[in-house]
Amino acid sequence: MNDEYKIKNILTPGKVISITLMMCALLLLVVVLSLVIGTADVSLKQVVGIITGAVSHEDPVRLIIFKIRLPRIMLAGLVGFALSLGGVTFQAILRNPLADPFILGVSSGSAFGAVLAITFGLSFSIGVPVMSFIGALLTIYLVMSLGARKMGMESSTVLLTGVIVNAFFTAIIMFFISTSADDRLHTMLFWLYGDLSQSRYTQLVIVAPFILLAAIVIYSFSKDLNIITTGDEIASQLGVDVDRTKKIGLLTVSLIMGLVVAFSGLIGFVGLIVPHLARMAFRSDHRLLIPVASIGGAVFLIAADTLARTLISPSELPVGVITAFLGAPFFLILLRKRGSQWSRS
Amino acid sequence: MEPILKLNNIGFKYEDKEVLKNIDLAVNAGEILGILGPNGSGKSTLLRVMDGILKPGAGEIFINGKSYRSFRRSHLAREVAMVAQEQHFRFSFSCIEVVLMGRFPHLRRMQFEDHNDLKIAMEALKATHALEFAERSIHDLSGGEKQRVLIARALAQEPRVILLDEPTSFLDLKFKREVFRLIESLSKEKGLGVAIVSHDIDLVAQYCSRIILLKDGTVYRTGDPDSVINAENIEDVYECPVLVDRNPLSGRPRVSVR
Repeated sequence: MNDEYKIKNILTPGKVISITLMMCALLLLVVVLSLVIGTADVSLKQVVGIITGAVSHEDPVRLIIFKIRLPRIMLAGLVGFALSLGGVTFQAILRNPLADPFILGVSSGSAFGAVLAITFGLSFSIGVPVMSFIGALLTIYLVMSLGARKMGMESSTVLLTGVIVNAFFTAIIMFFISTSADDRLHTMLFWLYGDLSQSRYTQLVIVAPFILLAAIVIYSFSKDLNIITTGDEIASQLGVDVDRTKKIGLLTVSLIMGLVVAFSGLIGFVGLIVPHLARMAFRSDHRLLIPVASIGGAVFLIAADTLARTLISPSELPVGVITAFLGAPFFLILLRKRGSQWSRS
Repeated sequence: MEPILKLNNIGFKYEDKEVLKNIDLAVNAGEILGILGPNGSGKSTLLRVMDGILKPGAGEIFINGKSYRSFRRSHLAREVAMVAQEQHFRFSFSCIEVVLMGRFPHLRRMQFEDHNDLKIAMEALKATHALEFAERSIHDLSGGEKQRVLIARALAQEPRVILLDEPTSFLDLKFKREVFRLIESLSKEKGLGVAIVSHDIDLVAQYCSRIILLKDGTVYRTGDPDSVINAENIEDVYECPVLVDRNPLSGRPRVSVR
């Protein structure tokens, strides 16, 4: 190759793989730290011993690690991964770095479906996730058809519609909660603000394949998403099937949001902060952005949940409180710093 | 010589409104065709039909003798490229990344760009005198610089025809001249067919070898600048009193508003 054409910042499969592996290493580090940190004293040595099988099966620490902390960490990881993946996808499709499933009302729409399912006594393993998925799908359909019909997807009308739909569903959820029996109030409220403490391996087995599949589907459209962020018309001009890509993206994200909300409640800001940080570090090419932001989302939520269960130990906070507490100021700083051009990271 | 792009009796309706009717036109290799007309005369619609983004209700379009209907969209993108009036990049991409997007129609779904694609992209940047921006963010460029990068992306598609939709309307005098000169040299050197929609009658008269003047969705006049740009035609189409004399430098017609 001619020397003249040597460009360092060009994306290659090797670069994507090596950075993804680095993110995985970071994830592993956070998982181990999170296994160590908690109300009960567990040392790093014990954790390593348990992982390598050096500790006996009856050890109570083993019980804490495998029955309590690990499933929770795994759920946090999966949920964070999905939220961030959803954020990246919505942001690309709507050409707006402010879009995320939470802000667009998709999360609260699916929470509405879940609350409805809970009220009617449907099962937590099938009924709730299915209703939650339907809620997510209906919301995204509503927001898109009301907000994007003539104005084009990138218009702020979509976002505004999302905010309003969000408020509407939140009100309905509050209505259900205030009319529900006192003994279930705490559980419901806790779930609403994001709760990862109810994690079971049986749930993880359901959630994980869907989320990984969704990631693969969305990743296969990463070049298309790159071009869609630069404008619908130019994307069609270049041969991107814009409508199909958007439909597949929105449907896939709605599916995983339904699952995530059913199992963890409403956790905001992950889909906003993490993709933004990833873009600041690695620019906007979705072939790299999707793996970095998704794994970064897992890292972020595991860390946030570790804070949630240790900050006021032995009591716990809903993890959504932590993400919002960190996320809201971050969001405001971002808006202020960038002004109207804040998307120019 | 057979034209590269040929439109036969094209009609286009938007809902019930007839936007284009009975349009015949041809773009030859190495030629710049100027498309002029007042607001609402159908210029931009015509360009989108020529691009294949809008499907004409009547008539047929041929590229290099083959009907548009025989092309998949991505294959058509290897034949025809478009440069829009103004493009907002919401997310940060480097210029070389933007130009490499022009390789999209040549690549499979999960395929990364290889050395050959990079070479094509860099040569496109070189041709538009934008090589020095290659690794800069598209956000850090001025309007004229950005337009050069977008023309480079169009070149990276390796098309036979480039369509430009008012590429200079947000540019100052210096960049307007730069963009038109660039298009002129590209069409000559690479044998590209170029069609350009513009509001700038004088620049079009100066740089285009042929002009199509549109009125109410039909071709009002077509021909070389001298035969199309005269006071009678311009006053009739633009509904505005004008004086047409000659640009003392180029000898081409020049329009002044009375």
